[in-house]
Amino acid sequence: MAAAGAEASCGGEDEGLTLLGFWSSPYVLRVRFVLNLKGIPYKYVEEELFGDGTKSALLLASNPAHGGKVPVLLHHGRPVAESLVIAEYVDEAFPDRRPRLLPSASDPHERAAARFWAACVDQKLVPAWAPVFCGRTLEERVKAAGELVAVLEMFEGVLAGGRTEFFGGESAGLVDVALGGFIWWLRASEAMCGVKTIDPARTPLVAAWAERFSALDGVREMAPDMPTLLEYHQWTRARFGLPFLPLHQPPL
Amino acid sequence: MAKAVKLIGAFGSPFVHRAEVALRLKGVPYELILEDLTNKSELLLRHNPIHKTVPVLLHGDRPAICESLLIVEYVDEAFDGPPLLPIDPYDRAMARFWPQFIEQKCSMPFWMAVWLDDGEAREGFVRDTRANLCLLEARLQGKRFFAGDAVGYLDFAACGLAHLLGPIEEVAGESLVGAAEFPALRRWAEAYTSDEAVSACLPPREQLVANFAGKKDKIKMAVNAMVQRS
Repeated sequence: MAAAGAEASCGGEDEGLTLLGFWSSPYVLRVRFVLNLKGIPYKYVEEELFGDGTKSALLLASNPAHGGKVPVLLHHGRPVAESLVIAEYVDEAFPDRRPRLLPSASDPHERAAARFWAACVDQKLVPAWAPVFCGRTLEERVKAAGELVAVLEMFEGVLAGGRTEFFGGESAGLVDVALGGFIWWLRASEAMCGVKTIDPARTPLVAAWAERFSALDGVREMAPDMPTLLEYHQWTRARFGLPFLPLHQPPL
Repeated sequence: MAKAVKLIGAFGSPFVHRAEVALRLKGVPYELILEDLTNKSELLLRHNPIHKTVPVLLHGDRPAICESLLIVEYVDEAFDGPPLLPIDPYDRAMARFWPQFIEQKCSMPFWMAVWLDDGEAREGFVRDTRANLCLLEARLQGKRFFAGDAVGYLDFAACGLAHLLGPIEEVAGESLVGAAEFPALRRWAEAYTSDEAVSACLPPREQLVANFAGKKDKIKMAVNAMVQRS
Protein backbone atom coordinates (compact mmCIF):
# COMPACT_ATOMS: atom_id res chain seq x y z
CA MET A 1 0.00 0.00 0.00
CA ALA A 2 1.52 3.31 -1.08
CA ALA A 3 2.09 5.90 1.64
CA ALA A 4 -0.45 8.71 1.81
CA GLY A 5 0.15 11.48 -0.66
CA ALA A 6 2.46 9.19 -2.59
CA GLU A 7 2.38 9.66 -6.29
CA ALA A 8 2.79 7.06 -8.94
CA SER A 9 3.01 7.59 -12.65
CA CYS A 10 1.09 5.11 -14.72
CA GLY A 11 1.70 4.81 -18.43
CA GLY A 12 3.37 6.86 -21.12
CA GLU A 13 3.21 10.47 -22.24
CA ASP A 14 1.38 12.99 -20.17
CA GLU A 15 -2.34 13.53 -20.85
CA GLY A 16 -2.59 15.92 -17.88
CA LEU A 17 -4.50 13.43 -15.75
CA THR A 18 -4.19 12.99 -11.99
CA LEU A 19 -6.37 10.55 -10.07
CA LEU A 20 -6.86 11.07 -6.35
CA GLY A 21 -7.71 7.71 -4.81
CA PHE A 22 -7.65 5.21 -1.98
CA TRP A 23 -6.28 1.71 -2.49
CA SER A 24 -9.30 -0.29 -1.39
CA SER A 25 -12.10 1.94 -2.67
CA PRO A 26 -14.23 0.08 -5.24
CA TYR A 27 -15.13 3.47 -6.75
CA VAL A 28 -11.48 4.41 -7.24
CA LEU A 29 -10.79 0.96 -8.70
CA ARG A 30 -13.48 1.60 -11.33
CA VAL A 31 -11.63 4.67 -12.57
CA ARG A 32 -8.26 2.90 -12.55
CA PHE A 33 -9.78 0.07 -14.61
CA VAL A 34 -11.11 2.54 -17.16
CA LEU A 35 -7.80 4.38 -17.54
CA ASN A 36 -5.73 1.18 -17.55
CA LEU A 37 -7.96 -0.73 -19.99
CA LYS A 38 -7.83 2.23 -22.38
CA GLY A 39 -4.06 2.62 -21.92
CA ILE A 40 -4.41 6.26 -20.87
CA PRO A 41 -1.48 7.50 -18.75
CA TYR A 42 -2.15 9.24 -15.44
CA LYS A 43 -0.57 10.23 -12.13
CA TYR A 44 -2.05 8.43 -9.14
CA VAL A 45 -2.10 10.03 -5.69
CA GLU A 46 -2.94 7.79 -2.72
CA GLU A 47 -5.00 9.81 -0.25
CA GLU A 48 -4.87 9.33 3.50
CA LEU A 49 -8.59 9.45 4.28
CA PHE A 50 -8.52 8.32 7.91
CA GLY A 51 -6.18 8.40 10.84
CA ASP A 52 -3.70 11.14 11.52
CA GLY A 53 -2.74 11.80 7.92
CA THR A 54 -4.12 14.83 6.18
CA LYS A 55 -5.78 14.85 2.82
CA SER A 56 -3.63 16.10 0.00
CA ALA A 57 -3.78 19.76 -0.98
CA LEU A 58 -5.23 18.70 -4.32
CA LEU A 59 -8.17 16.89 -2.73
CA LEU A 60 -8.84 19.73 -0.32
CA ALA A 61 -8.71 22.28 -3.13
CA SER A 62 -11.08 20.19 -5.22
CA ASN A 63 -14.66 21.42 -5.35
CA PRO A 64 -16.26 21.44 -1.87
CA ALA A 65 -19.31 19.81 -3.47
CA HIS A 66 -17.17 16.71 -3.82
CA GLY A 67 -17.12 16.43 -0.01
CA GLY A 68 -13.46 15.45 0.13
CA LYS A 69 -14.34 12.04 -1.30
CA VAL A 70 -12.36 9.99 -3.75
CA PRO A 71 -12.13 9.31 -6.62
CA VAL A 72 -11.52 12.74 -8.09
CA LEU A 73 -9.98 12.91 -11.55
CA LEU A 74 -8.15 16.13 -12.42
CA HIS A 75 -7.76 16.78 -16.13
CA HIS A 76 -5.44 19.74 -16.74
CA GLY A 77 -6.43 20.85 -13.24
CA ARG A 78 -10.22 20.60 -13.72
CA PRO A 79 -11.84 18.15 -11.29
CA VAL A 80 -14.43 15.49 -12.11
CA ALA A 81 -16.04 13.50 -9.28
CA GLU A 82 -18.35 10.46 -8.94
CA SER A 83 -16.86 7.28 -10.38
CA LEU A 84 -19.48 6.63 -13.09
CA VAL A 85 -19.46 10.31 -14.14
CA ILE A 86 -15.66 10.09 -14.38
CA ALA A 87 -15.92 6.85 -16.40
CA GLU A 88 -18.23 8.44 -18.99
CA TYR A 89 -16.06 11.57 -19.04
CA VAL A 90 -12.93 9.57 -19.87
CA ASP A 91 -14.87 7.64 -22.53
CA GLU A 92 -16.01 10.90 -24.17
CA ALA A 93 -12.83 12.96 -23.69
CA PHE A 94 -10.67 10.23 -25.25
CA PRO A 95 -12.98 8.88 -27.98
CA ASP A 96 -10.20 7.10 -29.88
CA ARG A 97 -9.10 5.01 -26.91
CA ARG A 98 -10.53 1.49 -26.98
CA PRO A 99 -12.42 -0.19 -25.50
CA ARG A 100 -15.36 2.22 -25.64
CA LEU A 101 -17.37 1.87 -22.45
CA LEU A 102 -20.76 2.40 -24.05
CA PRO A 103 -22.33 0.97 -27.21
CA SER A 104 -22.17 3.20 -30.27
CA ALA A 105 -24.19 6.41 -30.58
CA SER A 106 -26.32 4.70 -33.22
CA ASP A 107 -27.95 2.58 -30.50
CA PRO A 108 -29.32 4.90 -27.78
CA HIS A 109 -31.39 2.06 -26.40
CA GLU A 110 -28.37 -0.14 -25.63
CA ARG A 111 -26.54 2.88 -24.21
CA ALA A 112 -29.48 3.52 -21.84
CA ALA A 113 -29.44 -0.16 -20.82
CA ALA A 114 -25.70 -0.01 -20.01
CA ARG A 115 -26.16 3.14 -17.93
CA PHE A 116 -29.14 1.58 -16.16
CA TRP A 117 -27.26 -1.54 -15.04
CA ALA A 118 -24.17 0.45 -14.06
CA ALA A 119 -26.40 2.65 -11.87
CA CYS A 120 -28.02 -0.51 -10.45
CA VAL A 121 -24.70 -1.52 -8.94
CA ASP A 122 -24.83 1.62 -6.79
CA GLN A 123 -28.58 1.50 -6.20
CA LYS A 124 -28.99 -2.21 -5.37
CA LEU A 125 -25.65 -3.90 -4.79
CA VAL A 126 -24.06 -1.30 -2.49
CA PRO A 127 -27.00 -1.10 -0.03
CA ALA A 128 -27.09 -4.91 0.03
CA TRP A 129 -23.35 -5.04 0.66
CA ALA A 130 -23.28 -2.53 3.54
CA PRO A 131 -24.84 -4.84 6.18
CA VAL A 132 -22.42 -7.61 5.22
CA PHE A 133 -19.54 -5.28 6.03
CA CYS A 134 -21.18 -3.56 9.01
CA GLY A 135 -23.37 -6.30 10.48
CA ARG A 136 -23.26 -6.36 14.29
CA THR A 137 -23.62 -10.14 14.51
CA LEU A 138 -22.67 -13.08 12.35
CA GLU A 139 -26.36 -13.81 11.79
CA GLU A 140 -26.94 -10.29 10.46
CA ARG A 141 -24.02 -10.63 8.07
CA VAL A 142 -25.12 -14.04 6.82
CA LYS A 143 -28.66 -12.81 6.19
CA ALA A 144 -27.33 -9.74 4.36
CA ALA A 145 -25.01 -11.91 2.26
CA GLY A 146 -28.03 -13.94 1.16
CA GLU A 147 -29.76 -10.78 -0.02
CA LEU A 148 -26.61 -9.73 -1.83
CA VAL A 149 -26.61 -13.02 -3.75
CA ALA A 150 -30.16 -12.19 -4.86
CA VAL A 151 -28.87 -8.89 -6.31
CA LEU A 152 -26.13 -10.73 -8.17
CA GLU A 153 -28.81 -13.03 -9.59
CA MET A 154 -30.21 -9.94 -11.32
CA PHE A 155 -26.85 -9.39 -12.99
CA GLU A 156 -26.76 -13.12 -13.83
CA GLY A 157 -29.94 -12.50 -15.79
CA VAL A 158 -28.29 -9.66 -17.72
CA LEU A 159 -25.36 -11.88 -18.73
CA ALA A 160 -27.71 -14.72 -19.64
CA GLY A 161 -29.71 -12.38 -21.89
CA GLY A 162 -26.64 -10.93 -23.59
CA ARG A 163 -24.76 -14.21 -24.07
CA THR A 164 -21.44 -12.37 -24.23
CA GLU A 165 -18.13 -12.58 -22.37
CA PHE A 166 -18.58 -9.20 -20.75
CA PHE A 167 -21.56 -7.02 -19.90
CA GLY A 168 -20.11 -4.65 -22.52
CA GLY A 169 -20.07 -7.36 -25.22
CA GLU A 170 -16.77 -8.55 -26.68
CA SER A 171 -14.82 -6.21 -24.41
CA ALA A 172 -15.34 -4.68 -20.97
CA GLY A 173 -17.73 -1.75 -20.75
CA LEU A 174 -19.35 0.55 -18.20
CA VAL A 175 -21.26 -2.20 -16.37
CA ASP A 176 -18.16 -4.44 -16.15
CA VAL A 177 -16.19 -1.59 -14.62
CA ALA A 178 -19.03 -0.59 -12.28
CA LEU A 179 -19.46 -4.11 -10.90
CA GLY A 180 -15.78 -4.99 -11.24
CA GLY A 181 -14.68 -2.51 -8.57
CA PHE A 182 -16.50 -4.66 -5.99
CA ILE A 183 -15.12 -8.07 -6.98
CA TRP A 184 -12.53 -8.27 -4.18
CA TRP A 185 -14.93 -7.01 -1.53
CA LEU A 186 -17.48 -9.58 -2.69
CA ARG A 187 -14.84 -12.31 -2.53
CA ALA A 188 -13.99 -11.16 0.99
CA SER A 189 -17.51 -12.01 2.20
CA GLU A 190 -16.56 -15.66 2.65
CA ALA A 191 -13.93 -14.74 5.22
CA MET A 192 -16.27 -12.22 6.82
CA CYS A 193 -19.24 -14.52 7.36
CA GLY A 194 -18.74 -17.84 5.60
CA VAL A 195 -21.03 -16.98 2.68
CA LYS A 196 -19.67 -16.94 -0.86
CA THR A 197 -21.51 -14.04 -2.46
CA ILE A 198 -20.02 -14.75 -5.90
CA ASP A 199 -21.21 -18.36 -5.87
CA PRO A 200 -20.76 -20.49 -9.02
CA ALA A 201 -23.68 -22.64 -7.84
CA ARG A 202 -26.09 -19.68 -7.71
CA THR A 203 -24.64 -17.33 -10.36
CA PRO A 204 -22.35 -19.34 -12.66
CA LEU A 205 -22.17 -16.63 -15.34
CA VAL A 206 -21.29 -13.89 -12.84
CA ALA A 207 -18.67 -16.16 -11.24
CA ALA A 208 -17.06 -16.89 -14.63
CA TRP A 209 -17.28 -13.20 -15.52
CA ALA A 210 -15.53 -12.23 -12.25
CA GLU A 211 -12.63 -14.59 -13.04
CA ARG A 212 -12.40 -13.29 -16.58
CA PHE A 213 -12.64 -9.60 -15.71
CA SER A 214 -10.21 -9.76 -12.79
CA ALA A 215 -7.62 -11.46 -15.03
CA LEU A 216 -7.61 -8.66 -17.62
CA ASP A 217 -4.43 -6.63 -18.12
CA GLY A 218 -5.07 -3.33 -16.42
CA VAL A 219 -7.41 -4.92 -13.86
CA ARG A 220 -5.27 -7.75 -12.49
CA GLU A 221 -2.52 -5.40 -11.31
CA MET A 222 -5.00 -3.36 -9.30
CA ALA A 223 -6.24 -6.29 -7.18
CA PRO A 224 -6.01 -5.39 -3.49
CA ASP A 225 -4.15 -7.93 -1.36
CA MET A 226 -6.87 -10.02 0.34
CA PRO A 227 -5.32 -10.33 3.84
CA THR A 228 -4.67 -6.57 3.85
CA LEU A 229 -8.25 -5.92 2.69
CA LEU A 230 -9.62 -8.06 5.51
CA GLU A 231 -7.36 -6.38 8.06
CA TYR A 232 -8.48 -2.97 6.81
CA HIS A 233 -12.13 -4.02 7.17
CA GLN A 234 -11.57 -5.08 10.80
CA TRP A 235 -9.84 -1.75 11.47
CA THR A 236 -12.70 0.19 9.87
CA ARG A 237 -15.29 -1.76 11.89
CA ALA A 238 -13.39 -0.97 15.09
CA ARG A 239 -13.17 2.68 14.09
CA PHE A 240 -16.96 2.85 13.77
CA GLY A 241 -17.50 1.12 17.12
CA LEU A 242 -18.77 -2.14 15.61
CA PRO A 243 -18.26 -5.36 17.59
CA PHE A 244 -15.20 -7.37 16.66
CA LEU A 245 -16.22 -10.52 14.78
CA PRO A 246 -13.46 -13.02 13.99
CA LEU A 247 -12.80 -13.94 10.40
CA HIS A 248 -14.66 -17.03 9.37
CA GLN A 249 -11.58 -18.75 8.03
CA PRO A 250 -7.92 -17.81 7.77
CA PRO A 251 -7.33 -15.24 5.02
CA LEU A 252 -6.25 -16.85 1.76
CA MET B 1 -43.52 6.53 -39.52
CA ALA B 2 -42.22 7.60 -36.11
CA LYS B 3 -42.72 5.06 -33.36
CA ALA B 4 -45.23 5.98 -30.63
CA VAL B 5 -43.83 7.39 -27.41
CA LYS B 6 -45.59 6.78 -24.11
CA LEU B 7 -44.52 8.04 -20.71
CA ILE B 8 -45.76 6.40 -17.53
CA GLY B 9 -45.85 9.08 -14.84
CA ALA B 10 -47.49 10.30 -11.66
CA PHE B 11 -48.88 13.61 -10.43
CA GLY B 12 -46.36 16.08 -9.06
CA SER B 13 -43.29 13.92 -9.53
CA PRO B 14 -40.22 16.02 -10.33
CA PHE B 15 -38.69 12.90 -11.91
CA VAL B 16 -41.57 12.54 -14.35
CA HIS B 17 -41.33 16.28 -15.02
CA ARG B 18 -37.71 15.89 -16.11
CA ALA B 19 -38.74 13.35 -18.73
CA GLU B 20 -41.67 15.47 -19.94
CA VAL B 21 -39.55 18.60 -20.33
CA ALA B 22 -36.94 16.65 -22.29
CA LEU B 23 -39.60 15.34 -24.69
CA ARG B 24 -41.16 18.79 -25.09
CA LEU B 25 -37.84 20.55 -25.71
CA LYS B 26 -37.09 17.99 -28.43
CA GLY B 27 -40.56 18.43 -29.89
CA VAL B 28 -41.47 14.77 -29.45
CA PRO B 29 -45.19 14.04 -29.11
CA TYR B 30 -46.01 11.59 -26.33
CA GLU B 31 -48.91 10.03 -24.47
CA LEU B 32 -48.80 10.50 -20.71
CA ILE B 33 -50.17 7.60 -18.65
CA LEU B 34 -50.78 8.65 -15.07
CA GLU B 35 -50.24 6.10 -12.29
CA ASP B 36 -51.75 5.91 -8.85
CA LEU B 37 -48.54 5.12 -6.95
CA THR B 38 -50.53 3.66 -4.03
CA ASN B 39 -51.96 1.10 -6.45
CA LYS B 40 -49.35 0.47 -9.15
CA SER B 41 -50.56 -0.88 -12.45
CA GLU B 42 -49.50 -4.10 -14.09
CA LEU B 43 -48.14 -1.98 -16.93
CA LEU B 44 -45.72 -0.16 -14.62
CA LEU B 45 -44.65 -3.27 -12.73
CA ARG B 46 -44.07 -5.16 -15.97
CA HIS B 47 -41.94 -2.40 -17.50
CA ASN B 48 -40.00 -1.45 -14.36
CA PRO B 49 -39.74 -4.61 -12.27
CA ILE B 50 -36.43 -3.57 -10.66
CA HIS B 51 -37.38 -0.20 -9.21
CA LYS B 52 -41.18 -0.12 -9.69
CA THR B 53 -41.03 3.68 -10.03
CA VAL B 54 -42.03 6.37 -12.50
CA PRO B 55 -41.13 7.72 -14.99
CA VAL B 56 -40.91 4.91 -17.53
CA LEU B 57 -40.50 5.68 -21.24
CA LEU B 58 -41.91 3.34 -23.85
CA HIS B 59 -40.66 3.99 -27.38
CA GLY B 60 -42.31 1.74 -29.93
CA ASP B 61 -41.92 -1.88 -28.96
CA ARG B 62 -38.38 -1.66 -27.50
CA PRO B 63 -37.95 -2.52 -23.82
CA ALA B 64 -38.72 0.32 -21.42
CA ILE B 65 -36.26 3.02 -20.40
CA CYS B 66 -36.37 3.71 -16.66
CA GLU B 67 -34.75 6.31 -14.38
CA SER B 68 -35.51 9.94 -15.20
CA LEU B 69 -32.01 11.15 -16.09
CA LEU B 70 -31.38 8.08 -18.24
CA ILE B 71 -34.63 8.86 -20.05
CA VAL B 72 -33.39 12.42 -20.63
CA GLU B 73 -30.11 11.16 -22.10
CA TYR B 74 -31.99 8.63 -24.22
CA VAL B 75 -34.33 11.33 -25.57
CA ASP B 76 -31.29 13.50 -26.31
CA GLU B 77 -29.64 10.69 -28.30
CA ALA B 78 -32.65 9.09 -29.98
CA PHE B 79 -34.39 12.19 -31.35
CA ASP B 80 -33.25 15.10 -33.48
CA GLY B 81 -33.63 18.59 -32.14
CA PRO B 82 -31.68 21.00 -29.93
CA PRO B 83 -29.22 19.16 -27.67
CA LEU B 84 -30.35 18.74 -24.07
CA LEU B 85 -26.90 18.02 -22.63
CA PRO B 86 -23.85 20.16 -23.34
CA ILE B 87 -21.56 19.04 -26.17
CA ASP B 88 -18.18 19.44 -24.46
CA PRO B 89 -17.18 16.32 -22.43
CA TYR B 90 -16.20 18.34 -19.33
CA ASP B 91 -19.45 20.31 -19.38
CA ARG B 92 -21.32 17.01 -19.77
CA ALA B 93 -19.48 15.61 -16.75
CA MET B 94 -20.51 18.68 -14.72
CA ALA B 95 -24.11 18.31 -15.91
CA ARG B 96 -24.11 14.66 -14.80
CA PHE B 97 -22.45 15.34 -11.42
CA TRP B 98 -24.70 18.10 -10.08
CA PRO B 99 -28.07 16.26 -10.08
CA GLN B 100 -26.65 13.62 -7.71
CA PHE B 101 -25.30 16.36 -5.47
CA ILE B 102 -28.65 18.16 -5.53
CA GLU B 103 -30.61 15.03 -4.66
CA GLN B 104 -28.33 13.79 -1.88
CA LYS B 105 -27.09 17.07 -0.43
CA CYS B 106 -29.96 19.49 -1.01
CA SER B 107 -33.30 17.78 -1.63
CA MET B 108 -32.88 15.06 0.99
CA PRO B 109 -31.74 17.29 3.88
CA PHE B 110 -34.36 19.89 2.89
CA TRP B 111 -37.11 17.25 3.05
CA MET B 112 -35.89 16.10 6.47
CA ALA B 113 -35.49 19.65 7.77
CA VAL B 114 -39.00 20.84 6.86
CA TRP B 115 -40.90 17.85 8.21
CA LEU B 116 -38.87 16.87 11.29
CA ASP B 117 -39.89 17.96 14.77
CA ASP B 118 -37.53 20.43 16.42
CA GLY B 119 -34.33 19.04 17.78
CA GLU B 120 -30.67 18.38 17.11
CA ALA B 121 -31.36 16.18 14.09
CA ARG B 122 -33.46 18.86 12.47
CA GLU B 123 -30.82 21.52 13.12
CA GLY B 124 -28.23 19.33 11.42
CA PHE B 125 -30.39 18.98 8.32
CA VAL B 126 -31.12 22.72 8.25
CA ARG B 127 -27.41 23.46 8.36
CA ASP B 128 -26.62 20.96 5.61
CA THR B 129 -29.44 22.25 3.40
CA ARG B 130 -28.31 25.85 3.71
CA ALA B 131 -24.61 25.07 3.23
CA ASN B 132 -25.22 22.97 0.14
CA LEU B 133 -27.77 25.35 -1.37
CA CYS B 134 -25.09 28.07 -1.06
CA LEU B 135 -22.97 26.06 -3.49
CA LEU B 136 -25.87 26.04 -5.95
CA GLU B 137 -26.49 29.74 -5.38
CA ALA B 138 -22.84 30.37 -6.29
CA ARG B 139 -23.22 28.42 -9.54
CA LEU B 140 -26.13 30.62 -10.56
CA GLN B 141 -24.31 33.93 -10.13
CA GLY B 142 -24.75 36.05 -13.23
CA LYS B 143 -26.82 33.38 -14.98
CA ARG B 144 -30.52 33.10 -15.66
CA PHE B 145 -30.41 29.30 -15.79
CA PHE B 146 -27.77 26.76 -14.72
CA ALA B 147 -27.27 26.05 -18.42
CA GLY B 148 -26.94 29.74 -19.35
CA ASP B 149 -29.57 31.79 -21.20
CA ALA B 150 -31.93 28.92 -21.89
CA VAL B 151 -33.24 25.96 -19.91
CA GLY B 152 -30.87 22.99 -20.10
CA TYR B 153 -30.28 19.59 -18.58
CA LEU B 154 -29.17 20.78 -15.16
CA ASP B 155 -32.17 23.10 -14.87
CA PHE B 156 -34.71 20.38 -15.31
CA ALA B 157 -32.57 17.93 -13.35
CA ALA B 158 -32.89 20.43 -10.47
CA CYS B 159 -36.57 21.10 -11.19
CA GLY B 160 -37.77 19.83 -7.80
CA LEU B 161 -36.05 22.80 -6.22
CA ALA B 162 -37.92 25.12 -8.56
CA HIS B 163 -41.52 24.01 -8.27
CA LEU B 164 -41.76 21.93 -5.11
CA LEU B 165 -39.86 24.03 -2.56
CA GLY B 166 -42.54 26.72 -2.34
CA PRO B 167 -45.55 24.40 -1.88
CA ILE B 168 -43.67 22.20 0.64
CA GLU B 169 -42.57 25.21 2.71
CA GLU B 170 -46.12 26.57 2.65
CA VAL B 171 -47.68 23.30 3.86
CA ALA B 172 -44.96 22.65 6.46
CA GLY B 173 -45.05 26.25 7.68
CA GLU B 174 -41.30 26.65 7.26
CA SER B 175 -39.07 29.05 5.38
CA LEU B 176 -35.62 27.63 4.79
CA VAL B 177 -34.89 28.93 1.32
CA GLY B 178 -35.55 32.64 1.76
CA ALA B 179 -35.24 35.18 -1.03
CA ALA B 180 -32.82 37.27 1.03
CA GLU B 181 -30.38 34.43 1.53
CA PHE B 182 -30.83 32.77 -1.86
CA PRO B 183 -31.79 35.50 -4.34
CA ALA B 184 -30.33 33.76 -7.39
CA LEU B 185 -32.08 30.46 -6.58
CA ARG B 186 -35.42 32.21 -6.09
CA ARG B 187 -34.98 34.12 -9.37
CA TRP B 188 -34.03 30.87 -11.12
CA ALA B 189 -37.08 29.07 -9.72
CA GLU B 190 -39.31 31.87 -11.02
CA ALA B 191 -37.62 31.88 -14.45
CA TYR B 192 -37.77 28.10 -14.71
CA THR B 193 -41.43 27.69 -13.77
CA SER B 194 -42.40 30.50 -16.18
CA ASP B 195 -40.63 29.00 -19.19
CA GLU B 196 -43.12 28.06 -21.88
CA ALA B 197 -42.03 24.46 -22.44
CA VAL B 198 -41.65 23.84 -18.72
CA SER B 199 -44.92 25.32 -17.49
CA ALA B 200 -46.87 23.14 -19.92
CA CYS B 201 -45.88 20.08 -17.88
CA LEU B 202 -45.89 21.54 -14.38
CA PRO B 203 -48.84 20.85 -12.11
CA PRO B 204 -50.55 24.05 -10.89
CA ARG B 205 -49.16 25.29 -7.57
CA GLU B 206 -52.54 25.08 -5.80
CA GLN B 207 -52.84 21.39 -6.70
CA LEU B 208 -49.35 20.70 -5.35
CA VAL B 209 -50.16 22.53 -2.10
CA ALA B 210 -53.41 20.56 -1.75
CA ASN B 211 -51.57 17.31 -2.48
CA PHE B 212 -48.94 17.90 0.20
CA ALA B 213 -51.52 19.21 2.69
CA GLY B 214 -53.43 15.95 2.30
CA LYS B 215 -50.32 13.88 3.01
CA LYS B 216 -48.74 16.15 5.65
CA ASP B 217 -49.43 14.05 8.73
CA LYS B 218 -48.34 10.83 7.08
CA ILE B 219 -45.11 12.44 5.85
CA LYS B 220 -44.27 13.94 9.25
CA MET B 221 -44.87 10.59 10.97
CA ALA B 222 -42.69 8.71 8.49
CA VAL B 223 -39.83 11.24 8.59
CA ASN B 224 -39.78 11.43 12.40
CA ALA B 225 -39.92 7.63 12.67
CA MET B 226 -36.97 7.34 10.27
CA VAL B 227 -34.84 9.59 12.47
CA GLN B 228 -35.89 7.77 15.70
CA ARG B 229 -34.80 4.47 14.20
CA SER B 230 -31.34 5.61 13.09
